Amino acid sequence: MKMKNRGNVLDDLDWRILQVLQENAKQTYMETGHHLQVAHSTVHDRIKKMEEQGIIKKYTAIVNLERAGAKYITAIMTVFTDPKESGNVAERLSRYEAVLEVFTSLSEELLIIAKVIAEDQEKLHSFIAHSVAPLPGVLRIRTSIVTKKYKDEMFFIKGGHNPDESP
Amino acid sequence: MKSFSSSSRTLRKLPRENAFYFFTSIGNYTGVSSASLKEFIEKIKEVNIKSLEFHLYRGDFQKWADETLEDLELAEKIKSLQTLKPVGNTLRDQLYFIASKRFEELERQTL
Repeated sequence: MKMKNRGNVLDDLDWRILQVLQENAKQTYMETGHHLQVAHSTVHDRIKKMEEQGIIKKYTAIVNLERAGAKYITAIMTVFTDPKESGNVAERLSRYEAVLEVFTSLSEELLIIAKVIAEDQEKLHSFIAHSVAPLPGVLRIRTSIVTKKYKDEMFFIKGGHNPDESP
Repeated sequence: MKSFSSSSRTLRKLPRENAFYFFTSIGNYTGVSSASLKEFIEKIKEVNIKSLEFHLYRGDFQKWADETLEDLELAEKIKSLQTLKPVGNTLRDQLYFIASKRFEELERQTL
């Protein structure tokens, strides 16, 4: 699978800087420059440019909520919608803090798939009943509560900028 | 007995955020909703029986009647039905009977 770059032309050094930042965003420009064998000022300039272009969206901490002792449940919600309203429904869903990810899918019916978290099943149900079902254009909803998570990683840029599909 | 205005209040058309949304289990919405007592009665006849069982035993119908329709009498009747533990079409028929009788009473009060 090839990664297409829409609009912004990144060269090999940009991709390598992104790779280093994804592995550890706390590295200094000096450390990153040393790692990539380029001047830290070059690293600084490239990073600033990619921040301005929105390629680097933000720097954040990935928290292991289970280890932190947070009690919550995760659910995958499939929302069947009126095709005319699906964009509005997806946008409205995206505004809720309890909704972590929102996708639309082209299948036989127009679907919105969303990842939702809640403290418990009752709060999950209340959220869906009072905040999702009443949205104009929602036809029906199917929800699956996650019982065990086997993998939860973000996409990391590899050397060739492509996802590695090998096991 | 309710006053004319409170009867009208129970019979009013509700905004969509206050409608009753029928689910069959946690997070699984059937696509059926009712925005008034009249619509609720109609939907009792057609909605999946699993949905009626789900909501009756969670106390959702009773809560909606009390807090949204503001009809304590209907809420009490639904609560009494819950204690009888009906299932299947017996539940459907009895809930329909209770709700439609109450609707008729309220309509008479508004005349």
